[in-house]
Amino acid sequence: MRASLLINQRGGQVLLACMVALAVGVPALNLMVPASSAFHVPDYMVGLVGKYLCFALLAMALDLVWGYCGILSLGHGAFFALGGYAMGMHLMRQIGDRGVYGNAELPDFMVFLNWKELPWYWHGFDVFPFAMLMVMAVPGVLAFVFGWFAFRSRVTGVYLSIITQAMTFALMLAFFRNDMGFGGNNGLTDFKDLLGFDLQAPGVRAALFAASAMAVALAYLLCRAITASRLGRVLLAIRDAESRARFLGYRVEYYKLFTFTVSAVLAGIAGALYVPQVGIINPSEFAPAASIEVVIWVAVGGRGTLYGAVLGAMLVNYAKTYFTGTLPELWLYMLGGLFVATTIFLPKGIVGAVPTFGGSGGKGLGGLGKRFGRPSNQAAE
Amino acid sequence: MHPFVRTILAALLAFWLPASAGAQDADLQALVDGLAAKSFNQKIDAVDKLAATGDPKVVPVLTALLEGRLFTLKDGDKLVIAERKGRVYVTTAPLGGANLGEVKKGDLTKVRVNNKLRGELRAALGGLTLLSPDPSVRAEAVDSVLKARDAELMPVLEKAMAREEDPALHARMALAHAATNLFAAKKEEARLEALARLSESATPEVRSLLNEFVAGGKGTEKVIAAAKETLEAVEGRLRLWETVGDVFRGISLGSVLLLAAVGLAITFGVMGVINMAHGEMVMLGAYTTFVVQEAFRAYAPGAFDLSLVVAVPAAFLVSGAVGIAIERGVIRFLYGRPLETLLATWGISLVLQQAVRSVFGPTNRDVGAPEWMSGAVEFSNGLLLTYNRLWIIAFSLVVVGGIVVVLRKTAFGLQMRAVTQNRAMANSMGIRTGAVDALTFGMGSGIAGIAGVALSQIDNVSPNLGQAYIIDSFMVVVFGGVGNIWGTVVGAFSLGIVNKFLEPVAGAVLAKILVLIAIILFIQKRPRGLFALKGRAVEA
Repeated sequence: MRASLLINQRGGQVLLACMVALAVGVPALNLMVPASSAFHVPDYMVGLVGKYLCFALLAMALDLVWGYCGILSLGHGAFFALGGYAMGMHLMRQIGDRGVYGNAELPDFMVFLNWKELPWYWHGFDVFPFAMLMVMAVPGVLAFVFGWFAFRSRVTGVYLSIITQAMTFALMLAFFRNDMGFGGNNGLTDFKDLLGFDLQAPGVRAALFAASAMAVALAYLLCRAITASRLGRVLLAIRDAESRARFLGYRVEYYKLFTFTVSAVLAGIAGALYVPQVGIINPSEFAPAASIEVVIWVAVGGRGTLYGAVLGAMLVNYAKTYFTGTLPELWLYMLGGLFVATTIFLPKGIVGAVPTFGGSGGKGLGGLGKRFGRPSNQAAE
Repeated sequence: MHPFVRTILAALLAFWLPASAGAQDADLQALVDGLAAKSFNQKIDAVDKLAATGDPKVVPVLTALLEGRLFTLKDGDKLVIAERKGRVYVTTAPLGGANLGEVKKGDLTKVRVNNKLRGELRAALGGLTLLSPDPSVRAEAVDSVLKARDAELMPVLEKAMAREEDPALHARMALAHAATNLFAAKKEEARLEALARLSESATPEVRSLLNEFVAGGKGTEKVIAAAKETLEAVEGRLRLWETVGDVFRGISLGSVLLLAAVGLAITFGVMGVINMAHGEMVMLGAYTTFVVQEAFRAYAPGAFDLSLVVAVPAAFLVSGAVGIAIERGVIRFLYGRPLETLLATWGISLVLQQAVRSVFGPTNRDVGAPEWMSGAVEFSNGLLLTYNRLWIIAFSLVVVGGIVVVLRKTAFGLQMRAVTQNRAMANSMGIRTGAVDALTFGMGSGIAGIAGVALSQIDNVSPNLGQAYIIDSFMVVVFGGVGNIWGTVVGAFSLGIVNKFLEPVAGAVLAKILVLIAIILFIQKRPRGLFALKGRAVEA
């Protein structure tokens, strides 16, 4: 029963199948097929699609809170970046004495800034399991503390969106500071290897790609398990009528807090997979504009479906790569137009517009028609 | 020019000079001739007498003597200033500088100087420049006196003070006088009096002067104790002035925030919609200013000072029209869906930014400041109030005053408030809420455009101008409370002042981070802001 619940969505089945196919097929076509063959997947493509997969995971994390819980977070980029920084710190420690200054104790930028010893918060990151724990714990704890305050005080709607934006903006300013000990403006880069494997080697890159695809698949199963459970039904109730859910006796803030924290952890994992594939993490990942872009991926794909978020992230990012390459002048017009057109003409996204593709998943959006009620000044009607 | 011709010209010039000047010149010439005396004491006497005349014409003579360019001619003992030119020397008259022809080296005897005479010459020159008719020369001289703090210069300094008419220069001279007395006076009373004088003006300069004196420790115990006391008093007053400066800078930042946020407060208050393109309305206002100024430069350069006066209504109309277009074209379809509105307006902001980038280019545009906005009021204690900041503070208050009048005194304002308080009821009373929405959005956007005119004076006019202000504007609105102009005013000024008070302690970036965190925490306590609208609303 439980197992069938997890995969009884046609879109979900397609997604899982795609991810498994990608995880197996792309590395195989990249590594085993000779470069002359038409079926060969070039190295750059592995890196590019691997990056899209990390964005897809981030989009799915956002969909969990926005599509199912009605929390429009404009600060999910912050959790993504924090996970990325935790991973980046581990990779920096792996460089050891191979940096420009050859200092085994300190990363290059600290030598450059004349730091004498490693700050306390850098300790432990040379151990892989600890770094992986931090990848999940740092965004998770931040989301928990932030959510604890916000949800308990019943900060909702646009107010919540704005303070999440303020959060990521404040973090961006903080990480730009050299005194913070995270490389300031330049961030962390020049990574050499992970667990002893050279990050530039095609095999390692293919493995990271496969890990990203598997992470998307596993995260889908996790999110599906949450949303299809009784807890998921309460989340939908909160999304569609928060006050009513509260009056019925549900502790709304705990449900929201749980979902928000899980979502932040997923975003952190996405960031951690992203950093070794692109080879850099810097404070621009915290930029409020970057977080809002994540929202449009979800909106384009179709929120409240999980697989829609994955689809949207892949499509929008592919379009971005394509158009910033060929028509850079036009890309911002298109992105802006996408925001407007999606909200007005495609409120359920691509998935909602194509019924055969959406399958039973469309039902998840049942309440969205009258979702947020009227603005506060009419609620007294 | 041929030397002969030059001589004739000089002679003609000499005849042309008024006769009375000639009489004075005769006296001066006698004093100058005294420099050729045999003994050094006589020369010193002559220098003192020359210095006492305070005549600027003496300066080149004394300079020449100091630099070893003053000679006597072997036949007749006549004094000349001589410059080597190839193998011969060109001589000129010490007073007036008339050319006296070329002579050989053998015909000249240098007027000799010793160290004592050199010291005397330097002091005399310092004093003479203090008496110069050119204020900028005097200002320079005072500065050098202030650095030298030489008791020898006191008589000239006192003379200069008595003659000085420029109050600022006079104050500088008094400062130099007191400083010289403090460091070099022989009597204890004179030093104590100098301290009392210094304590009257609390400037960073006086502080460093006193610090130097206390650290040097030269003087009787009583004087040093008094100096320490004065130093403390001066530092206390300087801190007070710094606080005043912080408050001013805070109010200045607050007025900028207020201008940027007040339009947002109106649209958010009435429609419950966060307009993410609000920053771009500000940006459009700034570019309108640029276009208006270009037009003035091209067609009416003489009336350039009026360009901002024209730019204000123009920016209101441009941004307001774009705002109404956005409302009618997009937002109208998204009422009741505030989160979607937020996304759609974000998309519009991207389009507007890129449009401006395509039309005007990605670089900063140069927006000029009219005459009446440049310059500053400067206080002696280092406090600087620039006119453009003062104008913007005044302007922001005028704009808010205008908004309050519109809201309270016009039919449109009445309808707007009715819609804010209860949309359904207003609708059933016959108010066309759609029209009110459109006009309100236009008004909010137009005010953002006006803000852009003001911001173009203090910030770079670039396509990213709006982005820099949008988050700050949100913070102000959220902090102040929605649907309340006074909340926005209080929010803007308190955020501005808190920011500027934190800056010296924590640094600019950390101050901003702290303010953001404070607002996030504040929202937890009061989710509807400082001045929340009272109502029975349960849901946002």
